[in-house]
Amino acid sequence: MKVQGKVFKYGDNVDTDVIIPARYLNTSDARELAAHCMEDIDAKFASSVRPGDILVAGKNFGCGSSREHAPLAIKACGVACIIAASFARIFYRNALNIGLPILECPAASETVAAGHALSVDFDTGAIADLTNGMIFSAEPFPPFMQKLVAAGGLASYIRSQLQNPAIAPA
Amino acid sequence: MGMTMTQKILAAHAGKDEVHAGELIQAKLDMVLANDITAPVAIGEFPRFGRKDVFDRKKIALVPDHFAPNKDIKAAAQCACMRQFAREHGVENYFEVGHDCGIEHALLPEKGLVSAGDCVIGADSHTCTYGALGAFSTGVGSTDAAAGMATGEAWFKVPPAIKVVLKGAPRKWVGGKDVILHLIGLIGVDGARYQSLEFAGDGVDALSMDDRFTIANMAIEAGAKNGIFPVDATARRYLGEHGAREPVAYAADEDAVYERTVEIDLSSLKPVVAFPHLPSNVRTVDAAGDVPIDQVVIGSCTNGRISDLRIAAEAMAGRHVAPAVRCIVIPATQRVWLQAMEEGLLKTFAEAGCVVSTPTCGPCLGGHMGILAKGERCVATTNRNFVGRMGHVESEVYLASPAVAAASAVAGRIAGPATSQSNRQTF
Repeated sequence: MKVQGKVFKYGDNVDTDVIIPARYLNTSDARELAAHCMEDIDAKFASSVRPGDILVAGKNFGCGSSREHAPLAIKACGVACIIAASFARIFYRNALNIGLPILECPAASETVAAGHALSVDFDTGAIADLTNGMIFSAEPFPPFMQKLVAAGGLASYIRSQLQNPAIAPA
Repeated sequence: MGMTMTQKILAAHAGKDEVHAGELIQAKLDMVLANDITAPVAIGEFPRFGRKDVFDRKKIALVPDHFAPNKDIKAAAQCACMRQFAREHGVENYFEVGHDCGIEHALLPEKGLVSAGDCVIGADSHTCTYGALGAFSTGVGSTDAAAGMATGEAWFKVPPAIKVVLKGAPRKWVGGKDVILHLIGLIGVDGARYQSLEFAGDGVDALSMDDRFTIANMAIEAGAKNGIFPVDATARRYLGEHGAREPVAYAADEDAVYERTVEIDLSSLKPVVAFPHLPSNVRTVDAAGDVPIDQVVIGSCTNGRISDLRIAAEAMAGRHVAPAVRCIVIPATQRVWLQAMEEGLLKTFAEAGCVVSTPTCGPCLGGHMGILAKGERCVATTNRNFVGRMGHVESEVYLASPAVAAASAVAGRIAGPATSQSNRQTF
């Protein structure tokens, strides 16, 4: 699968409190959450992001709280994928579990600038910066994670296992 | 090749003789936890797993603590959703407000619901707290919690480990919070990302159970998957006193492989404070400079236990909170609240000018019971000082121990207990 979109760029240690501040966690409605996504780090994000856009960030993206509301809010904004130098582990799990594509690519994280147009191929991990022609290659997912993503998340994966025990866990 | 303590627990729960760092496993769970923020999302996902009932009514804990007692109508709806699910599915460990309630990570050990050797997940990042008891315990999201409630299992990537060797004994007024903030300051907020923090060394003997809970609790603030302590006499005594199941003590093999070893001489540590906006931004209190404050919060899953309140009361006894400071004390559980009352600690706090709240996570995550206005500063015994964590995006949180928080409340600025003694005459 390939996506193409405009880049929103952030630094290191973007925590889940700025992705979706806890004052909005009295709901789990993804669309309500999306209206406040990134509010404390980029007040204009929610109103300017368009479906298919791409987040590019530094290391340890999604650190802090385990709130799944963070990837849910990003996904509900229409973000097609997140590219970071690295992800905090709970955010990493959560993104895979809800079927939000994420890629680890330190080179793209360092080089790609805000506003650039990116093309991302999830099957190959190829990232193309269409604004300046640079090409990057993301770390491929381990096979188990690929199965999770292909199934569309953990719930679909586990259901498919129930129906077909031959699809063994890793 | 030898295994770490964490790897041994994971191997046992995956039905394997051995596991290796990086291996993906499916492990059986002894406890699955969620709260009023994360449970509603998990409950929404639960039907998608194709199971009618939860896997085990005794092995699920649902705790209304974040925005409870209900802070507004939406929060009330979230608590109601969790309450209804608990009733429908006969979940035994649901802890209603006022009925032996409390903050989840103080409550579960207190109720004896986690024992050494257990494998626990919780839809809350501070689930790593139970590593203090020698359990493998880690935070996950709501979908993982839903899967855990439905199937009793979770997938894990077996983590490599950092060995943290503690030596000596801490000085007066230096506690678990100073130890973990010092460590996070050393290795950074992603210094243990995807790894276990395995605590060892003779210094462990010098740490109380409450100190260990504080240290394991904040393993996540170094990015760790879990933090874990050896099961010694102190842990066994605690487990016994709280009616936990028979402990299964795992110990790391002598030839276990660690990514790195960090040594901390507890006797050399001083009280510290983490400046905004990362828990790794650590300075000793004596190097903090002149930082006037507006609020102090003493509580949370990190530092709201009885020994935390005893220390805060001792640092505050006979003195008064500075006129410009609001000091909010939040015992972590109903039992801690009652014990603090019986010991006269609540009287000490009230007479010193503090307000004492019912158990709640409340202000720690900017929920309620002490939200900060633009430009306000708070010294808190909580666990995160991210941008906007306790309120306005331009407010500031300084993380510290109960001793430093209490001393700062009295001084009206960041201060250590020794400093506040010398300021005594000014109030």
